[in-house]
Amino acid sequence: MKILVCISHVPDTTSKINFTNNNTEFDSNGITYVINPYDEFGLTRAMVIKETSGATVTVINVGPSSTEPTLRKALAIGADNAIRINAEPTDANYVARLLANYAKNENFDLIITGRESIDYNGGAVPGMLATYLDIPFVNACLGLELNGNQATVIREIDGGKETLEGNLPMLLAGQKGLVEEKDLRIPAMRGIMMARKKPLTVIEAGNAEKQTSVIKFDLPEAKAACTMIDADNVDQLVQLLHSEAKVI
Amino acid sequence: MAVLVYAESWNGSFKKATFEAVSYAAQLANKIGTDAIAITIAHQGDANELGNYGANKVLTITNDTLNTFNNQSYAHAIVSASNHVSAETVVISNTNNGKAIAPIIAAKRESALITNAIELPSTLSPFTIKRKAFSSKAFALFSSDSNEKVISITPNAFGIHEIQVSTTIESFSYNTTDSDQRLKSVSVDSATGKIPLPEAELVVSAGRGLKGPENWGMIEELADLLGAATACSKPVSDIGWRSHSEHVGQTGIAINPQLYIAVGISGAIQHLAGVNASKNIVVINTDPEAPFFKAADYGIVGDAFEVVPKLIEAIKTHKSNN
Ligand SMILES: Cc1cc2nc3c(=O)[nH]c(=O)nc-3n(C[C@H](O)[C@H](O)[C@H](O)COP(=O)(O)OP(=O)(O)OC[C@H]3O[C@@H](n4cnc5c(N)ncnc54)[C@H](O)[C@@H]3O)c2cc1C
Ligand SMILES: Nc1ncnc2c1ncn2[C@@H]1O[C@H](COP(=O)(O)O)[C@@H](O)[C@H]1O
Repeated sequence: MKILVCISHVPDTTSKINFTNNNTEFDSNGITYVINPYDEFGLTRAMVIKETSGATVTVINVGPSSTEPTLRKALAIGADNAIRINAEPTDANYVARLLANYAKNENFDLIITGRESIDYNGGAVPGMLATYLDIPFVNACLGLELNGNQATVIREIDGGKETLEGNLPMLLAGQKGLVEEKDLRIPAMRGIMMARKKPLTVIEAGNAEKQTSVIKFDLPEAKAACTMIDADNVDQLVQLLHSEAKVI
Repeated sequence: MAVLVYAESWNGSFKKATFEAVSYAAQLANKIGTDAIAITIAHQGDANELGNYGANKVLTITNDTLNTFNNQSYAHAIVSASNHVSAETVVISNTNNGKAIAPIIAAKRESALITNAIELPSTLSPFTIKRKAFSSKAFALFSSDSNEKVISITPNAFGIHEIQVSTTIESFSYNTTDSDQRLKSVSVDSATGKIPLPEAELVVSAGRGLKGPENWGMIEELADLLGAATACSKPVSDIGWRSHSEHVGQTGIAINPQLYIAVGISGAIQHLAGVNASKNIVVINTDPEAPFFKAADYGIVGDAFEVVPKLIEAIKTHKSNN
């Protein structure tokens, strides 16, 4: 079994978001980058498959050389090899094309991505990649059972869950549920040592079209001060929600 | 030229998010100077209803093989319809099903895909549109030179706008292929009668401050009384007090309701990321220093076990007087 796990390299969830250059660029000053949290669930699930039924796990990122520590971290968690496609990942279609150009000749049985990247929250790359590879795409995947070539997957739907069946290959855009939070792997010393010797191959980006660009960022407007209400005067809250906020 | 909008239905009827998507498409079409055309798949009710939100025409697909949602076949059907009406822009609501089809449609049509849009484009040439980014911690103005676009809109951001137009209904046929249906739906497990969190206008949420799952009765009662959906913080779903589908925040569902009531939630940055787009935030917390108060509109420092029952009574009284 060959598994590809797509990793996006994103600001840690505690990051305060700021912009520079007249609000045209993300300010990476003081930002710690991590494996996209959704991708961590997929990576751990791939490790479990590898341990229970055998698999080689490749991790891949489209990004500049500054993303290599994130790929090394994935190797330390247990991936067998890593690929970095050398390009600025500024457009979802561009990233999906570059990933597809690599994956199309590799015959992966399973491709696991995250449901979305927590930076741009695009949720775009996985479905585009699956379409370019002409394989089924399962969004918001929160469960996977494999039986040989047959997969039973669970996906989130608005207000519930749906169970689906199909044959590999397929692409799952995962989240919590693929494994539980408590089962997420973190790199251990031995893993970090071994990761140094594992292959991290850099591929130059071929041609692919970009269809979107970001021209400006904005921060939400600061909130006015909170109106504090006495715990013994809950009626006042109801009045305000009715007459001021007009929500009840 | 036309704007095609996917009018999603669930169990045969339109979702609230659908009326919002149609409203958006109608105003976008108006801005461009073209028609808004809706497409329904396996819809059982009267599609004329979409005329109330500005759809000039509705294409309806009724085909037995499309009775259950399948992202590939639905996406391919929409692509086929977009070719049929020469649509340059396809509008979709960013629901879970919307998210499952939008990237397929964009890839098939070689379109630019802009997800999480919250407004109409501010300019048409160049085409620029505001979207949420960094898990609601910021906004990004996206631009695209591509003629073909797929715009996926954040539920509740644009709102539903009624504008009555006369609508024609046209049936459209799309034949699924085997490769469309490589994934088969086996079962759907949906909490019946529950308001789906992403499109809820009112949300009552609680965190670790509630001490245990047995204490959620009052949260559900408050939510029922208001007609609100229930939500929770991440640790609450991690320890299994509540289902994962209620987890809001940066790594859960991002919401933007009219009202968000947070009970016993500290207001960590990752929690705020998913909820700070809410128009009104009420925080109930014993700790006056809880960071959530800085992001709140209304705050009560107090014990949830005393304040929430009082709030329930106060709302009941308010309801009976109004
Ligand atoms: C990678 C990552 C991603 C994350 N993503 C998310 C996310 O998406 N969503 C999310 O929610 N969190 C997320 N978190 C977790 C986040 O950092 C916080 O730990 C979490 O939000 C805290 O949950 P809480 O407020 O319920 O619990 P606590 O922080 O324990 O807060 C409980 C609050 O209840 C109050 N309280 C106690 N008793 C009472 C009472 N009787 N009445 C009223 N108030 C009371 C306390 O004063 C306190 O403020 C993430 C963390 C990481 C590291
Ligand atoms: N630059 C990238 N390199 C590798 N994988 C990516 C990249 N960007 C996105 N992905 C994958 O696609 C998922 C969804 O990302 P997005 O479409 O950007 O929200 C992520 O969780 C990753 O698995």
